[in-house]
Amino acid sequence: MSRSEWRELLPRIEQLALKAGLSFNPVDFEEVPDSFMMEISVYGLPVRMPHWSFGVRYIYQLVQHRMGHSRLFEVVFPGNPGHAYLANSNSVAENVLVAAHVLGHADFSRNNLLFRRSQQQVGENIVEHAANHARQIGRAIDEHGLQRVEATLDAALALEQHIDMNQALQRERYPEYLAPKSEETDDTFRQRFASLDPAVARDPAALTRQRAPVPPHRELDLLWFIAQYAPDLEGWERDIFLAVREESFYFYPVFATQIMNEGWASYWHARLLREADFLPQQSYVDAIKCHSDVVRPLASGEQVALSINPYHLGFSLWEEIVEEEGLEAARAILQQDDDFSFVRNQLTMERAEKLQLFRYRAESSGQVKVEEPDLGALHEAMLHPKYNFGAPSVAARHVRVDGTLELEHDHKTDGRGLDVERGKKVIEYLQRVWRRPVIMHTVDEHGAEMEFTVPMAPAA
Amino acid sequence: MDESESKAPNPRINGWYELFSRGARDWLRHNEKVREAVRERLPDIIAGADVVSGGARTVKVPVRMLEHYHFRLRRPDQREGVGQGNAKPGDVLAKPSQGEGQDKGQGGSEEGGIEFVLEFKVDDIVDWLWEEMQLPNLKARVGKSEEADWAREGWDKRGARSRLDRRRSLRESIKRRSMQDEEAPAFTDDDLRFRQLTKREQPAIQAVVFLLMDVSGSMSERDRQLAKSFFFWATQGLRRQYRHLDTVFVAHTTEAWEFNEDEFFQVSGSGGTVASTGFLKVREIMEARFSPARYNVYLFYASDGDNYSADRPQAEAALRELSDAANYCGYLEVSSTAQRQLATETGSLFKALGEEGKPAGSFAVSRIEDIWEAVRHFFQQQAAETE
Repeated sequence: MSRSEWRELLPRIEQLALKAGLSFNPVDFEEVPDSFMMEISVYGLPVRMPHWSFGVRYIYQLVQHRMGHSRLFEVVFPGNPGHAYLANSNSVAENVLVAAHVLGHADFSRNNLLFRRSQQQVGENIVEHAANHARQIGRAIDEHGLQRVEATLDAALALEQHIDMNQALQRERYPEYLAPKSEETDDTFRQRFASLDPAVARDPAALTRQRAPVPPHRELDLLWFIAQYAPDLEGWERDIFLAVREESFYFYPVFATQIMNEGWASYWHARLLREADFLPQQSYVDAIKCHSDVVRPLASGEQVALSINPYHLGFSLWEEIVEEEGLEAARAILQQDDDFSFVRNQLTMERAEKLQLFRYRAESSGQVKVEEPDLGALHEAMLHPKYNFGAPSVAARHVRVDGTLELEHDHKTDGRGLDVERGKKVIEYLQRVWRRPVIMHTVDEHGAEMEFTVPMAPAA
Repeated sequence: MDESESKAPNPRINGWYELFSRGARDWLRHNEKVREAVRERLPDIIAGADVVSGGARTVKVPVRMLEHYHFRLRRPDQREGVGQGNAKPGDVLAKPSQGEGQDKGQGGSEEGGIEFVLEFKVDDIVDWLWEEMQLPNLKARVGKSEEADWAREGWDKRGARSRLDRRRSLRESIKRRSMQDEEAPAFTDDDLRFRQLTKREQPAIQAVVFLLMDVSGSMSERDRQLAKSFFFWATQGLRRQYRHLDTVFVAHTTEAWEFNEDEFFQVSGSGGTVASTGFLKVREIMEARFSPARYNVYLFYASDGDNYSADRPQAEAALRELSDAANYCGYLEVSSTAQRQLATETGSLFKALGEEGKPAGSFAVSRIEDIWEAVRHFFQQQAAETE
């Protein structure tokens, strides 16, 4: 078989997928070198803004890759059209499998509500937007110098998880004044006063209206808050914050539906392969081999793993759901759930036992002990790293008269305080763009209230 | 958004992917930042580096990858996780292997673990340090110069045959013949031109540094290590100024010997200290090989300061002679155990010299971190001396 033969098979796979009930936007398939695949996985997008931290991830990936720990078959970006990048080292059989897998993803991202919302907000072409951000930042570097742009990116990218998905991407600033208190109409004095000549009786609301505090409530979207309210932020710096924020809005559903999404794509590549009677026998066998390599709970030779393979977990759950409740029910779940509700609703005790999932406790001494089965605790242990985009819950609480920004860590939700050393470094980044002191409230190792900050760096 | 710019670059163009690597670009930027960070702490890092032996021109500094910080929770004493496989409640599993963390999110992971080595050129380091410490550039001694050999200067119609300038002579011949008719002779005596020689004064731009070290019994291994670090960087500083810098290594106890570089730092003697032997040895070498008329002479002397008090007159006389001939004489008092702040026999010798207005200075060090202060001290003072 020639290397590009999978492309000839592509329309037939798409036909098969449509017939099976998938609905997806068209997908552009593209074969790229392994090196480019690796960059996509490091940056999360094919063309993205430059920052030294990506260089660190890149070298880390490179080392892993050289040691043979990871292999990337595909990366797919939702959109209309979607973009799928396939490693050009894939065999034909692997590409057949990957194409089916990509269509599963495309179906997921078009129908899952969380994805749909973010896709609408980023205009269904995040790949192009991100490329534009990269160019815009390149221009900023030419204009304002690498140092200043980098300082802004240090701060913005450090906060990339700190957005509020419950708000829209396009958000109005807070109202400037507090809403007037409701008129007490049964007050006869006020009624008589109001009936006077308007020149005499001025609008009492105008006299008493008060400036609203900023922020009026705990603000979780730190990227937005700084972009809107940093005292001396320049326009181009604001654009960088908003660019990072837009990309975060795109990344959130990818992060919050990983188990469902990978599981769904794996379910469909397996199912479409089974139904693809047009495949040569050898390709089918090779592809199935590839499937079982990707979708397996344990690395070869392992008895126990201290992590779960999201492909395998999602795949197993979807397979059972479709079998027990039918495709319609499965599609309804796909539409409405994210990983939190999916795991809580679908991972029953019975399924957890069948999958041999267990909860363990790792002591700092290094001892790892398996715990008694407890479904609720199992769910929590699995989902805990995914709460709040995987970041501590930090909100902007108050801006003092002198411009000092007070941040507040919701330690009750997170269960413990912040890592102060790292936190101070982030405060250092933030003070360079907020240009006034920034203070963080959290708790220490004994649970006592504490706050930390760092001295302001001299203005550059 | 500009319409013409809203398109992503077309990736279909052949080889487009190989044109550049964004990962490599950002990695290089990371390394540049590491260099900057290292540079800021350079004195600390380099002070301990083993650089002197082998004439190394680069210094290797082990560094960690920079971490881009995010807000993180405090490390918990214990952590809950979910695993998969054949395990029963109560089973104790092996220690978790590296890289077992699951969802790392977009924020990156614990990637600070990889160490790598950055190589710095010694010349670059010296440049940075001089910038950092705002050290002045030394001036070669003015006024002192030597009568160099004969130098060519101009031409004459008479001279020794060996100094005939053929090209010049031919030119004269052509000039003459162009004025005369064709039968004119090819050469006449008048055409010949001979190179003239004169004696010319040349400024002294060569330099020599004498590194004199007390290796008597009281100098510990650590003391000598301090001296070694200091000598290295002081020499680098001079090298920055003089393209041709000779180094002479002299060690003394109650006698003095010249060593080559490798041996010099291995030497450890025993017994007492007679500093004058060292000074005399330096003078002997200077007179034999490095005439102060031709060389800018620098002397750095490292000692713990204990000298036989009976040696004082000789030492004082020898040192005075040296300081007359030298651009600068520096005394580094090394004592890793006690800080005596130059209140020693040798210390007072140099102090007296300095007070007379001779180009001499002293500095006491007891820790490796002091080395930079010493270098700064000497170089600032030297520059002031030569103003």
